[in-house]
Amino acid sequence: MNILEVKNLTKQFGGLTATSDITMNIEKNSITAVIGPNGAGKTTFFNMITAVYKPTSGDILLNGKSLVGLKPHQVSQFGITRTFQNIRLFNDMTVLENVLVGMHQNLKSHWVGTLLQLPHIRKIEETARVEAYDILKYVGLEDYVNENAGNLAYGAQRRLEIGRAMAAKPKILLLDEPAAGMNPKETEKLTNLIYDLRSKLDVTIILIEHDMKLVMKISDFIYVLDHGELIASGKPDEIRTNNRVIEAYLGKGAVAND
Amino acid sequence: MTILSALFDKFAQSKKNQVILFIAYVVLTGLGLFLLPDSTIAFLLLLFSILILYYLKFNLRVKWVTGIVILAIIVPFIASHSDSYQTYMEVGTLVGIYCAMALGLNIVVGFAGLLDLGFIAFFAVGAYSYAIFASGQAAKFMPFGHYPLPGGTFWIFIIIGALVASLFGILLGIPVLRVRGDYLAIVTLGFGEIIRILLNNMDHPLNITNGSMGIASIKPPNFFGITIGNSSQFYYIALGIFLVVIYVVRKLEDSKLGRSWKAVRDNEIAAQAMGIPLVKTKLAAFAIGASFSGMMGVVFAAKQMFVDATSFTYLESTMVLVMVILGGMGSVPGVILGAAVVIILRTQVLTNISDWLSQMSTDYGIEIPAALSPEKMQLLIFGLLLIIFALYRTQGLIPHKNRKVDVELLKKESAAAALDREKVTSGGADS
Repeated sequence: MNILEVKNLTKQFGGLTATSDITMNIEKNSITAVIGPNGAGKTTFFNMITAVYKPTSGDILLNGKSLVGLKPHQVSQFGITRTFQNIRLFNDMTVLENVLVGMHQNLKSHWVGTLLQLPHIRKIEETARVEAYDILKYVGLEDYVNENAGNLAYGAQRRLEIGRAMAAKPKILLLDEPAAGMNPKETEKLTNLIYDLRSKLDVTIILIEHDMKLVMKISDFIYVLDHGELIASGKPDEIRTNNRVIEAYLGKGAVAND
Repeated sequence: MTILSALFDKFAQSKKNQVILFIAYVVLTGLGLFLLPDSTIAFLLLLFSILILYYLKFNLRVKWVTGIVILAIIVPFIASHSDSYQTYMEVGTLVGIYCAMALGLNIVVGFAGLLDLGFIAFFAVGAYSYAIFASGQAAKFMPFGHYPLPGGTFWIFIIIGALVASLFGILLGIPVLRVRGDYLAIVTLGFGEIIRILLNNMDHPLNITNGSMGIASIKPPNFFGITIGNSSQFYYIALGIFLVVIYVVRKLEDSKLGRSWKAVRDNEIAAQAMGIPLVKTKLAAFAIGASFSGMMGVVFAAKQMFVDATSFTYLESTMVLVMVILGGMGSVPGVILGAAVVIILRTQVLTNISDWLSQMSTDYGIEIPAALSPEKMQLLIFGLLLIIFALYRTQGLIPHKNRKVDVELLKKESAAAALDREKVTSGGADS
């Protein structure tokens, strides 16, 4: 069953076409990778799904309902959460608070209740903190609960972003280059984390990634973008041998010389 | 010398000794205030005990009770024996008013990260809302009712002032929040000026604010038949509201809304991606911050018994902002200290230095031009202060610290919760 359908999605910035006529069907509970050379329009594609950009034409359907025209926070409330290519944490808040912000849309507490110190609101906040701590334990950050997020090491910041996204309990999780800047050991840890996430949260994962080893290992399905166009799609084995993909990455002639 | 200070450090480490030293300090400064005539320094040192209290290692509840006892009983009692009783209480009242306002601005600037240069407008709105109805002014344009309203309505007007100011906060916010950063600062500056100029000109065609003449003979508040007319009484009103404001701010800081503000401040795009509605969150900051200002505006109008637009100039907005930046953006104790420091500098230290200088010049025949008196150089002095802080202490007097949670407790609760889940699943398997 398809949870997300993207239909003829096009985005133009002035005269520049960032993505053109992209159509995708994302199956529920799958791990899908979107790959392509730099500037292929992958992040633009993510930005359209999360309503940061409004598409010029085309449609995005979540379980058959269109997401086009919604505000970013509404898309998030519909169950699509993301991480960012250039890490965007709340740097001056603690690690725990970052995760708590991730939980916001499911948190039933209210500031008036907090002011009046209503017992059930206090209970909600308390349970939320415990839940946030469990998430931090899961992503391996339980030793940094009270640390400011901006002070964390790079790899830890990436994991915190994933933890924060998990806290939102999304139906679809978009990961924008989660392994960027990580060493092989960290990447391996991350690969296992993503794998585990899918079964633990029962979530559909779409990721943009340049690390081909990671992509080939965990994705069920791959879409390849180049110059804003969809040039190939298929299972990892099909993509590995696809001539157009090799051409896009290595240039013309690479196929013949091989 | 170092041995002495090391010895002192060791002595001061113990809680019992801290209690002794603190009480000794309060008694000493209190005696100073009691015995010396017109001793501003003793008065300031006595107030300073609150800051010392903040740094002591007592239980939080003990600190609060001690602080309230000092401010509500000890300070007024000792000061009442002095000739300048009303002057001291006037300073105390002003500190209370500006602390609450600075805490309001701190929500907007420190928590939500929205630079507001026209914050005094909300103070003006609060002040005028009481001034108009508690004087003969309302009779000039209201077709019904008898004005001035009796002084007993003052208490209701504190709430009304808060509501009207937050309404203005929202009205300002809706168009203004489309812009960000520097542009936001400029637009809010414009808003502050617009309100001031409006107040100055709304005497025709309908005389609402009495224009540049201002509104005079505002009714003083009435508390069960007692007319509240002097600073020593207003002091308690300001202190009461101030304490409520601190409570609200402390609780908000750790609430869901408080976290939304900080998230929006730190990264708007990520905040939205986590489902936080930008406009609603920012409007809440504007409205709640403005409401504190509005409440204190009502107190200000009642205390002065006269308002006109000159009390709400751009300089005043800057002063409140200086309090926040000087104290430490986002830091509640910092902002309170910042407000106290600025008010005391303005009303006590600078005027005292000026008096002293003019005394010198008459005594020794040295000519000091009036333009050079420190009182007149407020802008220069606060400007320099800001530059020094921007260069050497950007986080302010008491930098903001995020509230730390008890990790051990979390660990325990997390383990307990896991055990509960296990019980449920295994219990389910049995049946």
